[in-house]
Amino acid sequence: MAKEATEVSYGDVLNRVTRREDEMQFDKLSLSMGPSHPSTHGVLRLILDLDGEVVTRCEPVVGYLHRGDEKIAENMTYNQFVPYTDRLDYLAPLANNVAYALAVEKLAKLEVPARCQAIRVLVSEMSRISAHLMGLGAYALDLGAMTVFLYTFTEREKLYTLFEELTGARFTTSYTRIGGVARDLPEGWLRKVEKFCDQFLPVLDDCSNLLTRNRIFLDRAEGIGVISKEDAVGYGLTGPNLRGSGVATDLRKDCPYSGYENYEFDVPIGTKGDCYDRYLVRFEEMRQSVRIVRQVVKSMPDGPWYAEDAKKIFAPPKDKIMTSMEELIQNFMIVTQGPQMPEGEVYFEAENPKGALGFYIVSKGGGVPYRMKIRSPSFCNLSVLPKVAPGCLIADVVSVLGSLDFVMGECDR
Amino acid sequence: MSDEIIARLQERFAEVVPRDSLDWPAVNCPSGRWPDLASALKSEFGYAFLMDVTAVDWNEENPRFTVVYHFYSDERRGYLRVAVDCSNDIEPEVPSIAHLWPTADWHERETFDMFGIRFEGHPDLKRILMWEDYPYYPLRKEFPLAGRETDLPDSEVARETGAKVIGAPMMGGPFVAEGEGPMSESEPRGKDETWAEENPKRET
Repeated sequence: MAKEATEVSYGDVLNRVTRREDEMQFDKLSLSMGPSHPSTHGVLRLILDLDGEVVTRCEPVVGYLHRGDEKIAENMTYNQFVPYTDRLDYLAPLANNVAYALAVEKLAKLEVPARCQAIRVLVSEMSRISAHLMGLGAYALDLGAMTVFLYTFTEREKLYTLFEELTGARFTTSYTRIGGVARDLPEGWLRKVEKFCDQFLPVLDDCSNLLTRNRIFLDRAEGIGVISKEDAVGYGLTGPNLRGSGVATDLRKDCPYSGYENYEFDVPIGTKGDCYDRYLVRFEEMRQSVRIVRQVVKSMPDGPWYAEDAKKIFAPPKDKIMTSMEELIQNFMIVTQGPQMPEGEVYFEAENPKGALGFYIVSKGGGVPYRMKIRSPSFCNLSVLPKVAPGCLIADVVSVLGSLDFVMGECDR
Repeated sequence: MSDEIIARLQERFAEVVPRDSLDWPAVNCPSGRWPDLASALKSEFGYAFLMDVTAVDWNEENPRFTVVYHFYSDERRGYLRVAVDCSNDIEPEVPSIAHLWPTADWHERETFDMFGIRFEGHPDLKRILMWEDYPYYPLRKEFPLAGRETDLPDSEVARETGAKVIGAPMMGGPFVAEGEGPMSESEPRGKDETWAEENPKRET
């Protein structure tokens, strides 16, 4: 005989649940998020201790992409290492190329001509735009806003077409050389850059309209993953993540390099240091980058695009190598022995899209560094996770990761 | 500017000596005084940012290991380099500054991982880029570029497959020649080019 169904009121259910509350306490769960997880943007593993859905401890495990770039650098000439810098922050290879070339030139005490400096600023800012487009698009995608990702990727593709025309490669550009760049700007390229800027700003506004006042996005980003000023400085955060916490440190302004002091731009900073502030800072940085790009295009100086007097460092033009004995010897020496550097040690940091990318070079003279340390911003930015993640929900961890915008290729080197 | 900060540091710490540098002011500090100097840098000299911690292996020289720190001050808008020599070449050790800058935690772990330098007082000194049981310190000068044969990180997988971590192939790489002698020995990229070398004729 079927048991007679008894009517249970909502209050009864609630009572039962509250009375059995002690039974519902789970043991703490340890969850491994990654190393292959869509929201970890690469091969990052997080060991999360969970109480229900709340994270109580977070331990990032890095190193899955460790290739030993610093060891490799000790075993090749300075120019040969340029392609390896592409693969650090592989979302902004041009900016890495520039940072590396500037570091080695600092060691050589080499001043490149104005046109070369302007080209380098131009490509750095363009790669900043492309890196932030990727960062924002992926962040929005992580939080469920797929449309924005398609918009930003379309724009990024246009930039990549421009990079391809300039360097011959979309992704692995290897554009700089010690003492200059690989080739001059193609004819008509600057006009295309300007056209890109013209049509880019409206698209950026569209993206902003899709996200900035979007209720769902705000709920996932506002007040999540708050990093205080003290923590941001203490954990060595740099770039948009540091400025999102309200610290107005931008190396382009504070220690200008490659002629950044000639251009007008503002440094946006956040107020609360949450995911939303970091998102806003990146958005505004793109607008400022467009401002810089326009100024560079307008004031692009003529003249040589490599240090002509640096005979032991920059290889002579191809037609001269083929026709003149001296240039042939010079080219041979640079290719076989590398650009000749003085003895000493330097440290140079550039403001890259992800933060301050630093190179510490110890030279004992000759064409090969004795020791080269790469200070990668993503490595330091990730180290703040054990501090930020506890107290978050698992879904918030995804938001925090996306807002930190790291690249494992650079973190693990 | 650069002399000014060094002079002020020397006034406060008599043991600090200037260090050769091509760019930023740089000083050498004995490891005994390092924790005091570090906390003074943070509280008195305005170096709020610890940008980088690394080490240099000087190979045959003595002392063999030097730990190098880079600080940034947003007031001075400049960097400061501090080098701390490790007194013991076999078991190098330097006091940790992770209690002053949380970022030093990971940097010191990396330096330990790559050079085997121990940081005294570090909260959890373990490998970070290599796996926990890795037996070597890869950035030491005696460690070969190709790497060394080692066991896999996962012993279970290693037992099942019998696989090992093997040295990387050097042939064709753009690496510079190390010394003199036959090409197969002097140049990593030529490792496989024994077939092209002329061997001295054997006496018949």
